[in-house]
Amino acid sequence: MKLKKVISAALVAAMAMTFMAGCGDSDNAGNGNASGSDTQAASGNENASGSGDTFRIGGIGPITGGAAVYGIAVKNGAELAVKEINEAGGINGAQIDFNFQDDEHDAEKAVNAYNTLKDWDVQAILGAVTSAPCVAVGEVSKDDNIFMLTPSGTAVECVKYENAFRVCFSDPMQGLESAKYIGEHNLATKVAAIYDSSDVYSSGIYEAFVKEAANQNFEVVAAEAFTAESKTDFSVQLQKAKDAGAELVFLPFYYSEASLVLKQAAGMNYSPIFFGCDGMDGILAVKGFDAALADNLIFLSPFTPTSDDEMIQKFVTDYEAAYGETPNQFAADAYDGIYAIKAAIEAGNVTPDLSASDVCDALKTAMTQITIDGVTAKGLTWEASGEPSKEPMVVKIANGNYAVVEDDAAAESVEDNAATENGEDAE
Amino acid sequence: MRRMKKINKTTKSNLITYAIVIALFAAVQILTSAGAISSLLQGLLVPLCAYIILAVSLNLTVGILGELSLGHAGFMCVGAFTSAFFSKCTAELIPVAGVRYLFALLIGAAAAGLCGILVGIPALRLKGDYLAIVTLAFGEIIKNVVNILFIGRDSEGFHFSTKDSLSLGLLPDGEVIVNGPQGITGTPKDSTFTVGVILILVTLFIVLNLIHSRSGRAIMAIRDNRIAAESIGINVTKYKLMAFSISAALAGVGGVIYAHNLATLTAQPKNFGYNMSIMILVFVVLGGIGNIRGSILAAIVLTLLPELLRGLSDYRMLIYAVVLIAMMLFNWSPKAIEWRERHSAKFKRKKQKEV
Amino acid sequence: MSFISYLINGVSLGSVYAIIALGYTMVYGIAKMLNFAHGDVIMIGAYVVMAAISGAGLPPGVAVLLSIVCCLILGIVIESVAYRPLLNAASSLAVLITAIGVSYLLQNVALLIFGANTISFDSVVSVPAVTLMDGALTITGEAIVTIVSCIVIMIALTLFISRTKSGQAMRAVSEDKGAAQLMGIHVNGTIALTFAIGSALAAIAGVLLCSSYPSLNPYTGAMPGIKAFVAAVFGGIGSIPGAFIGGILLGVIEIFGKAYISSQMADAIVFGVLIVILLVKPAGILGKNVQEKV
Repeated sequence: MKLKKVISAALVAAMAMTFMAGCGDSDNAGNGNASGSDTQAASGNENASGSGDTFRIGGIGPITGGAAVYGIAVKNGAELAVKEINEAGGINGAQIDFNFQDDEHDAEKAVNAYNTLKDWDVQAILGAVTSAPCVAVGEVSKDDNIFMLTPSGTAVECVKYENAFRVCFSDPMQGLESAKYIGEHNLATKVAAIYDSSDVYSSGIYEAFVKEAANQNFEVVAAEAFTAESKTDFSVQLQKAKDAGAELVFLPFYYSEASLVLKQAAGMNYSPIFFGCDGMDGILAVKGFDAALADNLIFLSPFTPTSDDEMIQKFVTDYEAAYGETPNQFAADAYDGIYAIKAAIEAGNVTPDLSASDVCDALKTAMTQITIDGVTAKGLTWEASGEPSKEPMVVKIANGNYAVVEDDAAAESVEDNAATENGEDAE
Repeated sequence: MRRMKKINKTTKSNLITYAIVIALFAAVQILTSAGAISSLLQGLLVPLCAYIILAVSLNLTVGILGELSLGHAGFMCVGAFTSAFFSKCTAELIPVAGVRYLFALLIGAAAAGLCGILVGIPALRLKGDYLAIVTLAFGEIIKNVVNILFIGRDSEGFHFSTKDSLSLGLLPDGEVIVNGPQGITGTPKDSTFTVGVILILVTLFIVLNLIHSRSGRAIMAIRDNRIAAESIGINVTKYKLMAFSISAALAGVGGVIYAHNLATLTAQPKNFGYNMSIMILVFVVLGGIGNIRGSILAAIVLTLLPELLRGLSDYRMLIYAVVLIAMMLFNWSPKAIEWRERHSAKFKRKKQKEV
Repeated sequence: MSFISYLINGVSLGSVYAIIALGYTMVYGIAKMLNFAHGDVIMIGAYVVMAAISGAGLPPGVAVLLSIVCCLILGIVIESVAYRPLLNAASSLAVLITAIGVSYLLQNVALLIFGANTISFDSVVSVPAVTLMDGALTITGEAIVTIVSCIVIMIALTLFISRTKSGQAMRAVSEDKGAAQLMGIHVNGTIALTFAIGSALAAIAGVLLCSSYPSLNPYTGAMPGIKAFVAAVFGGIGSIPGAFIGGILLGVIEIFGKAYISSQMADAIVFGVLIVILLVKPAGILGKNVQEKV
């Protein structure tokens, strides 16, 4: 038993060390953190040796756990942007140090990640990636007055405070736009919706969709939910939609589940029009997914990897070269997010030696003044409320390729054109 | 005389436990005021208090009552949501944070304790792994129910729904308080480290006193031999239920602390599902079943470990898993215990020689 | 019509649960431990098949065999490294926690090797779907194969346990470890064999699970693992026909609950029914209610 006590003592000692490490942190706060205490050797990036000549930008998102795929995409997209900026000489000559912390898609862990970044003397944060952690981080970052730009936190509350902005669309906006689009283009008269009731993103869109549907010329005949615990079997939900005679099924959730829905619908000989939101982007990149199943799938998206746009092409090529996979909208949002922070830093004349709070004050104003051409939108601007102003693109999948439906008139003809032009843009 | 000595020994042991907590608290306070604690650790202090309370309370069920519970997070969830609901509703009515928090605590603990009784009455008839399953099922049901619960408030009073927030039919001045899967946002951040430590001390006081009381001895008698206990006239159901519901109420207190520390409260599998229940169970088993001090230590170490491993980035959770397995093997394997004893015996002998 | 369709879906889902539950229940019967890592072995099994088919270009049959062998070895390794040292530990909880550690370990190893992206698993089943009643009812090939293989496995296991030497050894060990050892049974070997069979079953379950519900990520196995555990308890843990019945029942209740009560409450319904069953029959549907000796 003695040895057990010795071990316990050792553990306590280890804890004491941690406190000391904490000690080291704040002592060095003024002059960067050359001393690598274990809490923040974290970054895995170059050490932030001697501040004053580098900007320290942090990222928060899930890189382990069930939502890891989104966090990893954001991390990759952001790191790509940081690398590009640094190679091009940095921001006003100062390099960027990027430090991404795991939050496991958990509000509590996200606050821990945020505090880790704070110990690292972060000056601006790209994150959090998912909504619930983002709201929790927003609450603490407001008190510390640290600037945060979430690439993909879609819940309304994510940008509740002045210091928070986002790159993506908000949930209600997507639901509203989807309902409007379906109504205005007379896609269907009977619509079914399947949504993930345990997910903020999905249920947020769903609610806004149903609200707007009341003003449109179609009827929601079936609304079926699933939860994070039962997201592999959609036979019941599809059967109900089929029985209700729905001509269009609205799928406001992520592509990984949507690929299952499409496959199971095909298995039961049910082929309505499927309509999704930005989470649908990436469905064709799912390994082993039969692209034919996604034919005629329509979704709103800010980003399509197959676009002709030069900037998008460069981003996609570089991303594929670096990470071996096609970027999804999370990566694109993160990429634009880093460039937005860069633009805001330049516009606000921020220098690397400012404190996080001063940086935040400058960026808050600068964000509303900048206009950037990114991969998710051209002429992207922000309002003081934190919302971006950009138009969603409507994307339709044809012959295993994404095709942007350019405008309203084209919506009808895209089907025929796309078939002949092999998935090129409709125009 | 001998009896006196024995009582003194337990009191002494209890006092040491309190002293450890107070000493840790003092150390942290001193370091904080010296500005010597990283923000990461400062942020971890309140959750640590919640986890310590959860571990100690689960130890009451697992160690003292001797029943395996896999639904502890369910009770925590009940405490968290009822108290957060209360605090959000009365945020304007009771502006003094301390008073509001006290009420929230009482409500959270009472609600969780009540659930403990409700689950306990039927479930405690079962034994061993079957009881574990029922508690697991209870935890999952609670999480599921919370996820479909929508409560709104407007000038006409409260509205409930299990469908979505639209079907609440709120007036324009209304506000959605519990929003299904989006949970409760904007709970006042009332939990502080000081309050957390006071609650740990209260929890320890309740648990340690229970263990060393007449009821506690009855509970342990049931654990060691139910039939023998029954035959000497101990009311098995009563004492089992007592331990179980106290444990549940304390878990509710942990939930209250947790809820009032974060701005968002959602019932995800991660924080209120069986994952969390298992996490707390890991604290208890690693710290030593029935060993209160061990629970505290294990809760601290295992909460800090993944945070300290952040430096390993992608390999963090992998290392965590390996360390967990290694610690379990080291602490529990009969061979490892034998090895340890042999070596500590050597160690002792050496020491004696020196003396 | 939709009723029959729901029923078939339920039985098909239940068959997957049943195969997983068979593995759970065998291990529990012998080692008296809840192997929480079982669900993750399923996930590893599915990844092996995926890698063998798309990576090495093996035919599906060979890939499944390879996966069974891999999981079998994995099962034995896990048992001997992580569980065996704790078999005689002071508390049976110790090995439970270690199993949870192994579960985390497998998930994170898979995360590092295969990445977090969900992979759409290519069905290995080549049986065509059956369409009945003018297309109103479609039974997928996967459902047919799953149900059939579940029945075959159940029968084979029952025969194995009751007719063969090793099967009898298993029963003896599960009955009384000490007495079995005295009778000359190699207890550790028998336990290892049980783990090997359980893990091989997990591989098959993984392939069938991912063929029916073709999404695969490092966390795929966790929830079916828990559900199958519930199914095993449903039927009476330790009992092979019990696991089968429990699995099928669980699948049917889940689908019917979703269809006729509330799709959001499906899990709550499943667990609610479980609680009711355990209150009525405290040892599960087919479990033996062991009388306590005084």
